[in-house]
Amino acid sequence: MKKLLLAASACALMAGAAAAEDVKIGILIGFTGPIESLTSHMANAAEAAMAEVNASGKAKNTYTSVRGDSTCTDAAAATAAAERMITAEGVKGIVGADCSGVTRAVLTNVAMPNGIVMVSPSATSPALTNDPDNGLFFRTAPSDAREGEVMADILTEKGVKSIALTYSNSDYGKGLAEAIANAFTAKGGVVTINAAHDDGKADYSAEVAALAAAGGDLLVVAGYLDQGGKGIIQASLDSGAFTTFGLPGGMVGDSLPAAIGPALDGSYGQVAQSDSPGAAILVDMGKKNDPAFDATSPYTPESYDAAALVMLAMEASGSTDPNVYKDKIMEIANGPADGSGVKILPGELGKALELIAAGKAIDYDGASGVTLIGPGESAGRYKQFEVKGGKYETVQFR
Amino acid sequence: MDILNALVAFLNFVVVPGLAYGSQLALGALGITLIFSVLRFSNFAHGDTMAFGTAFVILFTWWFQSMGITAGPLPTALLALPLGILVTVAMVLATDRMVYRFYRKQRAKPIIVVIVSTGVMFVMNGLVRMIIGTSEQNFTDGARMMLNPQDFKAATGLAEPLAIKTTQALSLGAAVICCALLFWFLQRTRTGKSMRAYSDNEDLALLSGINPERVVRITWIIAGALACIAGTLYGLDKSYRGVVYFSLLMPMFAAAIVGGLGSPLGAVVGSFIVAFSELIVTSAWKKIFGYLFPPEWLGDGLYQALSTDYKVAVSFGILIIVLLIRPQGIYGGK
Repeated sequence: MKKLLLAASACALMAGAAAAEDVKIGILIGFTGPIESLTSHMANAAEAAMAEVNASGKAKNTYTSVRGDSTCTDAAAATAAAERMITAEGVKGIVGADCSGVTRAVLTNVAMPNGIVMVSPSATSPALTNDPDNGLFFRTAPSDAREGEVMADILTEKGVKSIALTYSNSDYGKGLAEAIANAFTAKGGVVTINAAHDDGKADYSAEVAALAAAGGDLLVVAGYLDQGGKGIIQASLDSGAFTTFGLPGGMVGDSLPAAIGPALDGSYGQVAQSDSPGAAILVDMGKKNDPAFDATSPYTPESYDAAALVMLAMEASGSTDPNVYKDKIMEIANGPADGSGVKILPGELGKALELIAAGKAIDYDGASGVTLIGPGESAGRYKQFEVKGGKYETVQFR
Repeated sequence: MDILNALVAFLNFVVVPGLAYGSQLALGALGITLIFSVLRFSNFAHGDTMAFGTAFVILFTWWFQSMGITAGPLPTALLALPLGILVTVAMVLATDRMVYRFYRKQRAKPIIVVIVSTGVMFVMNGLVRMIIGTSEQNFTDGARMMLNPQDFKAATGLAEPLAIKTTQALSLGAAVICCALLFWFLQRTRTGKSMRAYSDNEDLALLSGINPERVVRITWIIAGALACIAGTLYGLDKSYRGVVYFSLLMPMFAAAIVGGLGSPLGAVVGSFIVAFSELIVTSAWKKIFGYLFPPEWLGDGLYQALSTDYKVAVSFGILIIVLLIRPQGIYGGK
């Protein structure tokens, strides 16, 4: 009997020891390259989430980070860095990669063959939505196509039947215009013309004449406010071609109403901006954190959320096997469909772990107001605005 | 009613902008053609001379605005224009003294002077960048619209708006006044006649006692003044950015060559031909046709011969056609 008890307790001890793993999570972002000024904040935010979970003392595992350089642009270097993380360091999940191109390369060449979960905080290419990923890929940043859907929703609700569309002749403008046109057509709207304009010209009256000939209830200008976008609006007003404009995010800034004047009043649109209370909390946390990070820097809140989602999913599923915990990520991020999940903000990861241990549902909101849609990508938050008296007045968040 | 709408749309999108743009081109092309006829070379620096003059007009405009001086409904730039012209004229005279006079004394071939003027163009362009920068500068003030499109719609009850900007009317008015003055000067005054004589036959003019340096000086003064006026009107009407004036060279040269290089009347006519061709070819006619013809005749097309991106190609095309078919131009230049 005594021996049996001893054996049983030894077994229990061993099981306990086996459960309390030291889990490594990779942070694969471009510490060198075109976005290197952002990545130190991103990495520090992700590591702050791990430190918070460890310090709460309520997690089954201890989490440590392994940094890798994705370079943002060099797919071969990013793939090699990811390979090293998985084979040499044995990471169980990756926060990353950052830029869309290297993210697709790492996902296809490393993460899928090795069965590792990737949660990207900053890849926004619409192509990633439809890429095959074996359910291993998530992102806390919205797809660029999402803004097109939001804009189509707003236009439809306003009763707009047809739009003329012009875009800045750049990757950004072209992609956005395509997204808007696809989403608006899918909702039954008509795009009378979808024409590019070049930035930096002195005169846009010819472009506007073509847009006016095609007609439409209003003109959507997917351009830049200090560039051709402003010229198009000015020339439209000067010739009386259009009086109301649809303004996506690139057209939001105080210099536009200042340049155009009261004629811009009544135009409306949307810009990516979160009303989540979590963002402000993370800003405070970032200031107090050691090393400090700036949570207003782009994609920093998304990085904190990406790391938190991976850890919470591991804890909720009780497994560090990516093929097991990957199914929990959507559940953690969105909560039950009836909305009964307890909202979790930054700094409340300990509370989240308690609730998970108690078997209660949580709805992780985090710093960027995380809601995952489609194949596991953030819906993003957009501020719908209308220009009134030269100000971008918030109508609602969606 | 439909025909009226079509007419208004045609006026609004073709005639009004065409007249304004043609006027601005004409003032520039006149300067080019004058320099060609008297100094016998194509001045590639003309576009950047326009940018240089306009830069100073803008600086003087800001100075006036800071002192609270405005021209009421007209742009303040009109008050600053005489000062800008003075600076531009001083600049072109200094350039002539330092650069072109040397080649004139050498009796250098015209092609060499053309290349020299390209060098002057780069220097002038650099100066403009240093003085006012490369970004867009806004110096338009006063009443923006002479005929507000919404007012027009309300007053006439037509579906189509008609808009006339103050700067468009100003461009046309300035072009008419400048042309009238210039033609009077060339035809009626002694100095103007001596310029024409020098242009027709340099040696005979020298034999009859015409001072060549004086003729050259007066040519530069007129060309500099015209360049400054043209640049300012273009900047007021469109927007000012020092680097875009270079791209005006092509339509201005096309205009001067279509009319016949060396012929002032030809430069004016050529400018309007170029301006209206650009608009007519790149304009989308769907709306106007829609008023004139029953809808079942028209498909979904925009009825646009060329995309607006190819606007510059139109003046280039005109240039090539004229050079192939009638190289002397309409009014038989040189």
